[in-house]
Amino acid sequence: MDEPNTDVIQGTLDMLILKTLSLGPMHGFGIARRIEQISRGVFKVNPGSLLTALQRLERAGWLDPEWRQTENSRRARFYMLTRAGRKQLEVETADWARRVAAVARLLKSEG
Amino acid sequence: MSLWRQLTRGLRVLTHRRAADQDVADEVQHYLELATAAHLARGLSTAEAYRAARLELGSVTSVREQVRGYGWENVIETLLADLRYAARRLRAAPGFTAITVLTLALGIGATTAILSAVNPILFQPLPYPHAGRIAMIREIGSDGSPHDGTFGMYRELAERARSFAAIAALKPWQPTMTGPDQPERFDAQRVSASYFHVLGVPPILGRDFQESDDRLNGPNVVILGDALWRRRFGGDRTIVGRQITLDDDSYSVIGVMPGGFENVLAPTAELWAPLQYDMSQGRAWGHHLRTVGRLRPGISVDRATREIDVLGHAMVKEQHPETYRSDFELLAAPLRDDVTGGVKPALLAILGAVVLVLVIACVNVTNLLLARGVHRRGEFALRAALGAGRRRLIRQVLTESLLLAALGGVAGMAVAMLGVRALVALSPPGLPRAGAIAVDGTVFAFGLGITTLIGLAFGAIPALQATRGSARAGLQHGSRRTDGGHRRTRSALVVAEVALALVLLVSSGLLLRSLQRLFAVAAGFDSSRLLTMQVQTSGHRFNSDGTTYRFFDQALAAVRRVPGVTAAALTSQLPLSGDNDLYGVHFDPSPSDDPGEVNGTFRYAVSPGYIETMRIPLRRGRLLDEHDGAGAPRVAMISESMARRRLPGRDPIGQRLHIGDGPLYTVVGVVGDVKQMSLALNEADAVYVTATQWRFADNVMSLVVRARGDAAALAPAVRQAVWSVDKDQPIVRVATMDGLLTALAAERRFALILFATFALAALVLAAAGIYGVLAGSVAERTREIGVRSALGASRGEILALVVRQGMKLTGLGVAIGIAGTAAATRVIVAMLFGVSRLDPVTYLGVIALLAAVATIACSVPAWRAARVDPASTLRAE
Repeated sequence: MDEPNTDVIQGTLDMLILKTLSLGPMHGFGIARRIEQISRGVFKVNPGSLLTALQRLERAGWLDPEWRQTENSRRARFYMLTRAGRKQLEVETADWARRVAAVARLLKSEG
Repeated sequence: MSLWRQLTRGLRVLTHRRAADQDVADEVQHYLELATAAHLARGLSTAEAYRAARLELGSVTSVREQVRGYGWENVIETLLADLRYAARRLRAAPGFTAITVLTLALGIGATTAILSAVNPILFQPLPYPHAGRIAMIREIGSDGSPHDGTFGMYRELAERARSFAAIAALKPWQPTMTGPDQPERFDAQRVSASYFHVLGVPPILGRDFQESDDRLNGPNVVILGDALWRRRFGGDRTIVGRQITLDDDSYSVIGVMPGGFENVLAPTAELWAPLQYDMSQGRAWGHHLRTVGRLRPGISVDRATREIDVLGHAMVKEQHPETYRSDFELLAAPLRDDVTGGVKPALLAILGAVVLVLVIACVNVTNLLLARGVHRRGEFALRAALGAGRRRLIRQVLTESLLLAALGGVAGMAVAMLGVRALVALSPPGLPRAGAIAVDGTVFAFGLGITTLIGLAFGAIPALQATRGSARAGLQHGSRRTDGGHRRTRSALVVAEVALALVLLVSSGLLLRSLQRLFAVAAGFDSSRLLTMQVQTSGHRFNSDGTTYRFFDQALAAVRRVPGVTAAALTSQLPLSGDNDLYGVHFDPSPSDDPGEVNGTFRYAVSPGYIETMRIPLRRGRLLDEHDGAGAPRVAMISESMARRRLPGRDPIGQRLHIGDGPLYTVVGVVGDVKQMSLALNEADAVYVTATQWRFADNVMSLVVRARGDAAALAPAVRQAVWSVDKDQPIVRVATMDGLLTALAAERRFALILFATFALAALVLAAAGIYGVLAGSVAERTREIGVRSALGASRGEILALVVRQGMKLTGLGVAIGIAGTAAATRVIVAMLFGVSRLDPVTYLGVIALLAAVATIACSVPAWRAARVDPASTLRAE
């Protein structure tokens, strides 16, 4: 039996990251963990894709990175949402809702 | 914001690569630790937790690379790596790199330089608003030759012609400015009030001329050119309204022209005054004005021509001016044709030559790249076999080609800048718009573009071939054996190069022989150690002829006293200086078989002793002397061809003639013919009279001085001698006669220098091409040559084998080249003199030269082939 597909839906990773960070600053692993937990394991985030996406979002000006010291005095990179990032999240959320509604209508329609 | 972030973050990564890498590594490491901790919390053992985390993450390096690979800066880094590799490859083949870059530089540079020069002259519009609407109004006489216009015709057209918005007449003027500084004589123009309106450029300071300025005895007003304004008046903006003294008269400055104003109708003119034409002396019909007009929008020059031709003929029919015959023509011609028409054929020929050079350069680069490609097939095959992707390989090759093109482009820009400077320095004095010549960016980009495209196209061939076929075939090819297809292409390219080089060599050979022929023409006098200069009288005190004669007499006497002067004389016009003073001469009684004049007769008003000073031979009768002065019977000398042609079978001595509508002169002598306008033309007749027996005093005379030693060295002393008589008289056009002869051939010499340079470049490129093909072929055939010599071929036979191959290419190229040359030299016919464009001597000479150079190019690879050691080659296989 095939394993269930846990890939993040294409094009939604950015939105999911932004949404997660809107709850507060977080590091890469924290973001992955949170997405996995809240989606109840439906989505598993590939670490390589996640870290690259964080780079991209940072370049776009939606996230600000910050190095913090962890309890065992290691360097950890935390990300927080910028104002532009918050706006982007609203845009993407609205867009997503519109598309989901459209897909739902298509699936409901008969014949 | 985000673009800025992209840029700054990217730059920071580029400049702090190591720190950026550390950040990525730390982040990945941290992720891994947290993941491990999470698995530990789920109850796995340390080792298991670590393993599970690693499994989730995948390869740490790969993730790191993935994150690190994000951002535009990485594209640049790859490119830099490619460039570094390409530079290393090119450094490893210094010969190939140097030759390719040089070839590119030559091709791009020469083309850019020539096109930069030709573009403003032939193709760019003149620097005036709606320049296409400015047209010269030309008069064509019954003999088909153009001549200057008359004031009467100008006035008629300015009043009636509807095709033109404005028409202006203009004539040259050489006023002398006196004042606190040294006297200075300027080139200037007398123009109709509408002149600047016709050109469409108003003064930048002050005002333009008005109709009220341009009438006889109108106000003395003058507009200054920018250069004069800055030089003499320090760019003083309060100049308008100031008075300056020109030829003893006071003129008020009313305006200054802008600095960028280019006066193509008289490039050296520095100031302008209204024409203020004097009609009182019945001079309205003298042909000595040029006429230029601005067409109304939408009117073509053809339509304007039809209108003015009708108007002109109607006027002539009505008023019967004596200087118009009924079969003259009036026509309007675009100003640009008028300005550049004279040099167009020469420039187009030069343009053709440089295009040939560019083609040869391209052929050579193609050849070099193909040759290099053959050598590198093994390398490419190896890299492909080791897993290099096709795109990666091609990108590498293209980077290399682009690097070569860039190097060639930089060197080409240097060549172009030097070339443009050399062109301006070498350019003949008559070259129009020489001031507008500068390196043209568009042209440079074009040359660079073409060679780059070629580099890209032909550079990619070996990479494509290497990646298309199987790796094994490519690797086998690496053992330098023949590759027939490529060699045929390269041989064909060499043949083309030889053919093109032949075209250029023959063209420059023909030009060279023309120049030799031209200088072999006898001018009719002895030009050696002869100093010439123009002496003028300026100012009101010379209004009486007596003062003028006295000044010239005293000046001549003073010059004759200068040590080192063996003879000196004055003449109203100097041969080969551009002077052109023609009169109609009628014999009285007129012989019934007198064919009449062709273009008029050159009139020389000379001081006694002129013929002796110039060493013009006396053929019959006597020379003019001191006794033939004002009160004495009027006498004249004529040239021998004039005597022969106009008085056939008659004794010219004692014949009487009118010069223009003047009194009768009696012919007392016949002298040898002298070239007046050009060495190349067979010229009109000449009549000589003494200055004092001419009906007015010429106020511009040329002084000719025969020196004992170096003529040029005498110039300061002679000038001082003239100024010792009157310090205010301008002296201009100081030159040795030999200098004038050289200047006369300036245009031909200019064309010759360019053609010779291009031909030399073509010869070198062709030789390099032959060498390259043969060297490659010898390298590829080492085994075959080894076998041949093992089988008993002598060194001489091997040598002959290679030389024969080279000569076959040369011979084929020459054969094709001769056919091409016979057609191409049509373009330069106008520049040839005394030599046919099919001149066999030139062709044979050039073929011999090409053969010699080709032999040298063959000899190195041939010698290498002859030294092939059969034992070692056979062992190497």
